[in-house]
Amino acid sequence: MLPKLPLGEAVEWLVDMIELYLGWLLDGISDVLGFLIDAFQDLLLAAPPLVTILVFGVIVFLVTRRDWKLAVLTVAGLLVIWNLELWKLSMETLALVVSATIIALLIGLPVGILASMYDYLDSGLRPVLDFMQTMPSFVYLIPAVIFFGLGNVPGVVATVIFAMPPAIRLTNLGIRQIPKELNEVADSFGATTMQKLIKVQLPVAMPTIMAGVNQCIMLALSMTVIAAMIGALGLGYQVLVGIQRVDIGTGFEAGLAIVIIAIILDRITQNLTRSSA
Amino acid sequence: MNNDETPAIVVEVRNVTKIFGPKPEKASQLLEEGRTKTEILEKTNHVVALQDVSFTVHEGEIFVLMGLSGCGKSTLLRCINRLIDPTSGAILIEGTDIVTMDEDELKQIRRERLGMVFQSFALLPHRSVMDNVAFGLEIRGISREERLKTAQSAVELVGLSGYEQSITQELSGGMQQRVGLARALASDPDILLMDEAFSALDPMIRRDMQDELLDIQDRLGKAIIFVTHDLDEALKLGDRIALMKDGRIIQVGTAEDILTNPENEYVERFVADVDISKVLTAADVMKHPGPTVYINDGPRVALHLMEEHGHSCLFVVGKNRKLEGVVTLDDAIEAVKKQIPIRDIMKTDIQVISTSTPVSEVITQLAGVPHHLPVVDDSGKIAGIVLPSTVISALARKEGSNGVA
Repeated sequence: MLPKLPLGEAVEWLVDMIELYLGWLLDGISDVLGFLIDAFQDLLLAAPPLVTILVFGVIVFLVTRRDWKLAVLTVAGLLVIWNLELWKLSMETLALVVSATIIALLIGLPVGILASMYDYLDSGLRPVLDFMQTMPSFVYLIPAVIFFGLGNVPGVVATVIFAMPPAIRLTNLGIRQIPKELNEVADSFGATTMQKLIKVQLPVAMPTIMAGVNQCIMLALSMTVIAAMIGALGLGYQVLVGIQRVDIGTGFEAGLAIVIIAIILDRITQNLTRSSA
Repeated sequence: MNNDETPAIVVEVRNVTKIFGPKPEKASQLLEEGRTKTEILEKTNHVVALQDVSFTVHEGEIFVLMGLSGCGKSTLLRCINRLIDPTSGAILIEGTDIVTMDEDELKQIRRERLGMVFQSFALLPHRSVMDNVAFGLEIRGISREERLKTAQSAVELVGLSGYEQSITQELSGGMQQRVGLARALASDPDILLMDEAFSALDPMIRRDMQDELLDIQDRLGKAIIFVTHDLDEALKLGDRIALMKDGRIIQVGTAEDILTNPENEYVERFVADVDISKVLTAADVMKHPGPTVYINDGPRVALHLMEEHGHSCLFVVGKNRKLEGVVTLDDAIEAVKKQIPIRDIMKTDIQVISTSTPVSEVITQLAGVPHHLPVVDDSGKIAGIVLPSTVISALARKEGSNGVA
């Protein structure tokens, strides 16, 4: 029989090397992420819950172009969360999700745009994205812990890796699907690459890109419980506690709160898609 | 052809060849050795799209590139503003070769001298009519105030006043292409490239747009290069026509040149196939239906319309202008006396022809009817009318351009 491929050893070696030589970078990332998460948490928990809930209602009302039903639904959902005494945990989760989404989009959108411009990047990225999406998300936890220790930061890192692929894919797809003649319009009028991107490609591809953003947020939320396994706070941790104690009540309440947040975020981003279409 | 009265040459295409594929040099060599397109495709898997094409376009001229689909006419058009890079040859725009230009010079010349109109209109869906028209000016970095002023006059030129803030997708095809035309004209280019610009439009609207283009050209005097697969359109618009086949220009000349002195068998066959009375359809020769009366109107309305327009009969339409019948002057007078509605006195067993009926058939049908024939579209809506005189004048016009003695 052939000897076993030393894949595991190779990955370990790689991780060691990264830790050894890129430690400064990891520390930097850790600091920035930690600061971002704390800032969102502080912001969300700054005011009394009732005030924050009303602010959310108003924001939903405005971004959905005065869909008062959705605004009422949002306020009601958040009131339920508050009533279940899960307010602080929910805002921690929301801070994690928002931070992870922002990072994922900051990386994913430009990468998606570049992939739409360069075929070789597109074909090179495809297996990487497949890998990111199909590798069980638990596996990301290990290097995340090695590089960033325990806590919110590695949770966000693992979440970013898991949630980023649809943002890249759908941005790439949206731009590639633009009719050939629309690209020719930009070229034939003498547009620069940047003008073409900003005035033609991004606006035309916006509905597809927003679908990617929506997917990104939903995937980030779905990672909350897994991220809790390496010390990320929030509702995910509460669900984990429920599992460990076989306490269905605690688990269900926290799970419901995650669902409520998911519905609110989903409706907001879907409405953004519609109004930009 | 180049006598002293010829206006300035604006575009000169010299020996342009375009080969699609990863390594055009090899194919290009084979082409020089005299191999055919098919041989090169089999040997090297390269497609020869254009082969040694040369022509010139003058100021104020509409130059039509015509040929069947796949003959390379759209590729040739895209070489002129280098949306496609030619493999070899030169294309002089007002004396400067666009093929050898660097990126910046190319952008400059595209912004200022070249305008393009697309078959699918290619309007930006997220922009209003006005902002679509102003697109080229925006790319040039002209201030918003100034570009809206310029765009406004382009909007007026193509007859879109009042639609400035409309969403483009809500406009009809004809209107959308007006936006496309206005967008190209707004930058005031010297050269207008039109790629099957009217091919996606209904026959009637298409003819309106052709007339409109001729009208605009009368006023502006651009150099227009117009690509079409439609011989009728080419004959109507083209000051000169280049007939293309398999990536080559077979013949260049005025409509009359091409029809009367076909240079070879291919051209001859191309234009001989044009048995005018079979090619033209009812839609091409019909007139506007004129006044019609609504089925629920009273007979007095019909009588009034007939008196006003001097007709002895009127077509009766229902919902959505669907043709329901015909009412004659005598019947209308009778109905007024007896006070019965139009619905009850109109004749419903009328002969109609469809918009796609060939003119040859229309002629036989016209022989046996007392009034003019109504033309209806697929949904039964009245689209126009044909009279013996409209058919004859349409045919005469064609015969005239055919130069048949």
